[in-house]
Amino acid sequence: MANRRRLSQVNDAAAAAGDDTTSAATDFTMQLVCPAGNLPALKAAIDHGADAVYVGFRDQTNARAFPGLNFDEVELRQGIGYARQRGRQVFIALNTYPEPERLGDWQQAVDRAAALGASAIIAAELAVLDYAARAHPGLPRHLSVQGSATTAAALRYYHERCGIARAVLPRVLSVQQVERLSQASPVPLEVFAFGSLCIMVEGRCQLSSYLTGASPNRHGVCSPARFVRWDEHADGSRSVRLNGVLIDRFAVQEPAGYPTVCKGRYAVGGEVFHALEEPTSLNTLELLPRLAAAGVAAIKIEGRQRGVAYVTAVTGTWRKALDRLAADPAGWKPLPEWQRTLAAHAEGHQTTLGPYHRAWH
Amino acid sequence: MRLSLGPLQYFWPRERVLAFYRAAADWPVEVIYLGETVCSKRRELAARDWLDLAETLTSAGHEVVLSSLALLEAESELAALERLIGNGRCRIEANDLSAVQLCREQRVPFVAGPSLNVYNHRALELLIEDGLFRWVPGVEQGRALLAGMRAAVAADGGRMPELEVIAWGRLPLAWSARCFTARAHDVGKDDCGLRCIEHPDGLPLATREGQPLLTINGVQVQSEAVCDLGPELPELRELGVDLLRLYPQAAGMDEVVRRFRSAIDEGLVPTRAGAVNGYWHGQAGMPAAIA
Repeated sequence: MANRRRLSQVNDAAAAAGDDTTSAATDFTMQLVCPAGNLPALKAAIDHGADAVYVGFRDQTNARAFPGLNFDEVELRQGIGYARQRGRQVFIALNTYPEPERLGDWQQAVDRAAALGASAIIAAELAVLDYAARAHPGLPRHLSVQGSATTAAALRYYHERCGIARAVLPRVLSVQQVERLSQASPVPLEVFAFGSLCIMVEGRCQLSSYLTGASPNRHGVCSPARFVRWDEHADGSRSVRLNGVLIDRFAVQEPAGYPTVCKGRYAVGGEVFHALEEPTSLNTLELLPRLAAAGVAAIKIEGRQRGVAYVTAVTGTWRKALDRLAADPAGWKPLPEWQRTLAAHAEGHQTTLGPYHRAWH
Repeated sequence: MRLSLGPLQYFWPRERVLAFYRAAADWPVEVIYLGETVCSKRRELAARDWLDLAETLTSAGHEVVLSSLALLEAESELAALERLIGNGRCRIEANDLSAVQLCREQRVPFVAGPSLNVYNHRALELLIEDGLFRWVPGVEQGRALLAGMRAAVAADGGRMPELEVIAWGRLPLAWSARCFTARAHDVGKDDCGLRCIEHPDGLPLATREGQPLLTINGVQVQSEAVCDLGPELPELRELGVDLLRLYPQAAGMDEVVRRFRSAIDEGLVPTRAGAVNGYWHGQAGMPAAIA
């Protein structure tokens, strides 16, 4: 398998050109939804052209419950004020799955989101959505990617049962399937455009949970840092373990990414390779006109765990691409400088069309 | 306590499937789940064949439930699901919310399968309103969660539905749009050559130092360990578990069934024949974490 099919485009990583284009929200076909793990990132996203920013509370009510990340109420109040003054929106992710004894905490988080004046909550769990619909009917509910809705029937369920106003699709559908689903969906759709790529259906992956007991669904974490152990060996090579299980080994100088179970190298059928997925990022820039033509309402940038530099560069690039598309749909094509900037901020400096492209499957 | 034979998760040649269920007709299991839950390209048996099998097994005295795909992507899969639900005879195991919605629309009662995310009593109560009559908790839900669930449902003045727990087999851990078996064979998913048929118990995946870890099964990833809740039988009984689910495997399934049957009938606690399921004990699922 030396010539293992590589579907990723390997991009030369050029230094990211700082990009401070600011554009007022005008008549865009698709909303640009950007991540923020703290207040400076939120402001950077707004300043560089996000139509909406999504954030989480500093607890396990969201799927990026990492140490040092997310917002307390004071920061969030400031962030929402900052966005509102500029005519933008803030969505609060409450997209994990509480057990019976913790459901009250999630309900309180919904109450806090409403009191803070969030533009919407992003949730996946039926009881959380149901509570929000009853307690705060005026607060729009977006179905999180963690809700694993891939068909018109599943979307009808969340729409009829929980009154969702929008749904974020899991990263499993091809662009043709997204186009057809957009026709059949009872609600507007939001799709992932860029960022780290979960290859498993979100909300239904227990790989991290199986190795560590810490679960994306229950605890809002995948492959938590407290279970990660790096060992440097005498020959300069490194190995990385998750709760004692060897995820990968790296030769001297070999680039090493964060050790999630899905991106390790394993032995299958006598060969060692990235049996599930190589470290790479999703980049759908070239599909932008198709997604717009399909009626997709919003595109989403992954990466609440990333810093201000990432949010700044990636938001600015997508803003430019969307503005150019709105101004000249027929003449639009992805510019090399956009791709260079995105590649520089991609995991492993590689990007792929991922599941949108049939050959990836 | 009753026994169920979970849906066959692997891809076997037609004759092997038919022979397996011919034998299963005589096994002491009350419920048999039939159908393809992993990949719609696996068509050694057509929908008609599964329905014929359902009729045969029903006549042999088993309750038959038809299981649905866990991950639907194409509209054709949704249409096939709609036909399955409208079969008019057997009830359905809904393995994603598409199936729940179609059951709800057609007023067909359903089993909530383990790939539906049901983590608390309110979600369970909503699904009961939709027609849920039996619940198979997801793999990471152990003893403590089930006890908490039962207490919370009771506090709401409700009644627990029938409770079915995975007691034997490799745990289904993840699904993807990507086919990992095709990837391991270095072929595209669209021309995979149905290579899953070469792996009747899935394709083992080990770490680079040889620790068995996972099992590749098409678009599904399972544990490598075959988990066994036999020794936990007293706890299962105490929690009011109604059914124990045993997942089919390529060899020795009759022995697995008989071991659980005799333990239940004679009130014995079987010695451990498979791996510890760490999840049951509130830990990481993999057995190494608890050993």
